[in-house]
Amino acid sequence: MSAGTTSSGQGPLVEIEHLTKHFSVKQGVFARGKGVVHAVEDVSLTVNRGETLGIVGESGCGKTTTARLLVRLIDPTSGTIRFDGQDITNLSRARMRPLRRQMQIIFQDPYSSLNPRKSVGQIVGEPFAIHRTETDVKSRVQELLARVGLNPEHYNRFPHEFSGGQRQRVGIARALALQPKLIVCDEPVSALDVSVQAQILNLLKDLQREFDLTYVFISHDLSVIRQVSDRIAVMYLGRVAEIGESERLYEHPRHPYTAALLSAVPRAETNGVGSGRHRIVLGGDVPSPVDPPAACVFHPRCPRFRPGLCDVETPILRRFDGDHEAACHLPVERWPMSEEELRRPSAGVEQV
Amino acid sequence: MAFYLLRRLVWTAIVVLVVLLVTFLVFFKLPNGKPALRFCGKSPTDQCIELTTKRLHLDQPFYVEYGYFVKNFVAGDDQGWPGLGYSYGNYVSVRSEIIQRAPRTLWLIAGAATMWLILGVAIGVLSAVKRRTWIDRLAMGLALFGISAPVFWLGLMSLFLIWKEHLWIPGIDHITGGTGYVPISDGINHWFGHMILPWSVLALLYIAIYARLTRNNLLETLGEDYIRTARAKGLSERSVIFKHGLRASLTPIATIFGLDIALLVGGAIITESVFNLQGLGWLAFNGAITQDLPTVLGVVMCTAIAVAVMNLVVDVVYAFLDPRVRYA
Amino acid sequence: MSSSDTLLDVRDLSVRFRTRDGVVQAVSNLSFTLRRGETLGVVGESGSGKSVTSLAIMGLLNRTFADITGEILFEGTDLLKLSPSELRKVRGKDVSMIFQDPFACLHPMYRVGAQIAEAVRAHANVSHSAAWVRAVELLDAVGIPNAKTRARDYPHQFSGGMRQRAMIAMALVHNPAVLIADEPTTALDVTVQAQIIELIDKVKRDFNVGVILITHDLGVVAETASHVLVMYGGRAMEYGPSREIFHAAQHPYAWGLLESMPRVDRKLDVLIPIEGSPPSLLNPPSGCPFHPRCKYRVESCDSTTPHLQTMPDGHDDSCVLSAERKREVWRDRIVKEIDAR
Repeated sequence: MSAGTTSSGQGPLVEIEHLTKHFSVKQGVFARGKGVVHAVEDVSLTVNRGETLGIVGESGCGKTTTARLLVRLIDPTSGTIRFDGQDITNLSRARMRPLRRQMQIIFQDPYSSLNPRKSVGQIVGEPFAIHRTETDVKSRVQELLARVGLNPEHYNRFPHEFSGGQRQRVGIARALALQPKLIVCDEPVSALDVSVQAQILNLLKDLQREFDLTYVFISHDLSVIRQVSDRIAVMYLGRVAEIGESERLYEHPRHPYTAALLSAVPRAETNGVGSGRHRIVLGGDVPSPVDPPAACVFHPRCPRFRPGLCDVETPILRRFDGDHEAACHLPVERWPMSEEELRRPSAGVEQV
Repeated sequence: MAFYLLRRLVWTAIVVLVVLLVTFLVFFKLPNGKPALRFCGKSPTDQCIELTTKRLHLDQPFYVEYGYFVKNFVAGDDQGWPGLGYSYGNYVSVRSEIIQRAPRTLWLIAGAATMWLILGVAIGVLSAVKRRTWIDRLAMGLALFGISAPVFWLGLMSLFLIWKEHLWIPGIDHITGGTGYVPISDGINHWFGHMILPWSVLALLYIAIYARLTRNNLLETLGEDYIRTARAKGLSERSVIFKHGLRASLTPIATIFGLDIALLVGGAIITESVFNLQGLGWLAFNGAITQDLPTVLGVVMCTAIAVAVMNLVVDVVYAFLDPRVRYA
Repeated sequence: MSSSDTLLDVRDLSVRFRTRDGVVQAVSNLSFTLRRGETLGVVGESGSGKSVTSLAIMGLLNRTFADITGEILFEGTDLLKLSPSELRKVRGKDVSMIFQDPFACLHPMYRVGAQIAEAVRAHANVSHSAAWVRAVELLDAVGIPNAKTRARDYPHQFSGGMRQRAMIAMALVHNPAVLIADEPTTALDVTVQAQIIELIDKVKRDFNVGVILITHDLGVVAETASHVLVMYGGRAMEYGPSREIFHAAQHPYAWGLLESMPRVDRKLDVLIPIEGSPPSLLNPPSGCPFHPRCKYRVESCDSTTPHLQTMPDGHDDSCVLSAERKREVWRDRIVKEIDAR
């Protein structure tokens, strides 16, 4: 498909290990106390070739930061990133450059992620200009525009002449230009109207099949994530709470946070008001990533919180069946479960 | 909040020190030639040069020189406090000159600033509320005029039309008294009469700027969601505009206001000259053309200190207006 | 249901904006009712006119730029005929509204308690301290912990969920009869959304109000609304009890929405999108605004103005297709696609 890329062809496409990103926030003129935002804390996961890994979580969970770390738009504080078998954590800018052709990113806001002063043709053609790979840029660009469902005649139009969904297609065309292996999709449909979302999701799926792409798909929308992902990672306050195969995770979440998330999503499948669905309601709000709670970061809000355990010992990811992992001392035994049942973990559940 | 103020105070002190350093470098070190020559005025005598060299320690190492400079300023010299030196051209201490002239400038600024703040903001609010009507267009047209017309032209025209030709208002000759400064001790009517024209002329430019600024800020604020909430609560339109809208629009105005005032301390040269007020700006200008360096240095210091102090004041007002700043 | 239960009766509402680019027909011939104890979910995408409708009810549209025709009857009085000062007496007192982004909706420079107290004093002649007491009382009622101390905080010290609760408290100050919530949960996290939806429901029951819930999220509507109004391109497409909309929708747009939505309880084999984009309101399509995107369109769709009859417990839609055809499509295609994919 594309020349000039060497790859091992085996093993996961992306592996990150103990990835951590701290942002420092200065407080006061004399920098009396430096606040540190624990945006991403000790995250390890892999992305297999050809799959879609969904990353889901609420605000402050670190999913967007993780997305940017994966393609090294920002540099990690510690940890390693391996792309296609190669350690890219500390590569210099010059050495990263050819690799950047293989990893692309699509952003959330179709209104601000396209330069309003450039024509759509220029935007999609820019990757060619940067990497100097094509001679006939125009026909290649028009080919791409057609492939994402836009009219190639609109080559010279500007972003403001397109609708939100069409602009997002332009962003996708731009990402496809250099035939990457990996595309990170950061909330690509969140800003779009519901009737247009399905179009874009279908397009992404078709492109994945046709071009053998690997996706990392970030969203806060649990129904979209279920629809597109093969595997899912649930993040909370910078850490991975649970990760595993998509269907299994939805059918039987192991982490109480995942359980609460799933039960909180409003569903169109219910029968109207007061459907009697037992919702697990978490108290309070998501704590600030500047001052995360000790040990298990979820313990202040967790219905299963056991003092002396959850606030003392940080849970590590432990394996359930298959590659389903969750970081919890008292994982959820069965599903569905009501809130009262969740509060009473059965004995002996600590050793799984 | 207290901690915020403390931080700001310390920062201001640091700024003042830096100002002293930069001023010292600019006046003593940067230009070529012997500083002593420059300090002695237009026609330096040998005796004068020797005296100056000794007084300002010009023959000693840089840090000693600078050290005395700072010490003189902060602790006073043989002329009194603050120590600003001696003007050889006029045979007076710079300090006494400044003390004599400063009240004129300060009254000029005080009166003009009050005028332009009240009128400028009022016109701006009116314009914003009556957006796109003839009131708005008229106000902004006048604003354009105010910004474009040169101050000296405005000053001379106003003197001519109002004072000399007694235009417009009957009995104006009883109010305006012509050029020159009359201290309050000589009668408040006379003082007012001599100040009203300079105030108006100086304020006109700023009224224009502040009206435009207020109008734009207020229009932008009125588009915010919390204004919609205020209306949804059923508040009167007056409450919405003043209590909610104006309050949020004032912070940039406060910032500019402080700076504008500070810069006029040595900067209202044209107005002071046209109306013969002989304030600090006039003093600096005179010093420049007579090559009276100590005087110029003295006024520059005053302006710089004024700016630093006004910045502090603005910061305090800002924190008072916008609570988010206090907890930063 | 007695007619005294009817709080709001909107009849043939049309809103036009005169802009520099031309005339924007934001809402056309909209009619619906709201009764006590009812939650009307108004569903629509961008350009559907749902937000403009709520602003028209609240009297928050600038009449110099907006032409509003029709009637908005609140307990018998036509709100559109009231003078600005009369309208101000109703706004915030009998009809209240909360908006989408609670951060932007609270004044950043005043304490939260003060803003609520201000709402109290806007319609009642009470002292500052009495107003403050009422403010704290309401903050407590909406679930703000330590309401007394938290009332003295500024909005930036509140979290997103708490700010929305504060907004709800502010809207309830005078026990309004109608509460309009415009996308109240869109800017919030999922777990917080659940809390706010439950709070609105509780408020409805405790205060016996009528709620208009505007949203694009069908899940939220399904969980909380008793009735649903589907809007598109400024017009009503379908109206009926919530149960019927989800189990026997009649309008192709509603079908399209149900077919194209991913679900949280199942992964679907395929999503069936609605092709095309939401309509331009400067140059709206002729006839039915949905027809350019409709899979079931017929000859008369581009010339017939859609018409919808909203009877209190009726289920109606504005599509020209025959009732049999609609039932046929629902039974043979949609239900299968939704359930069996």
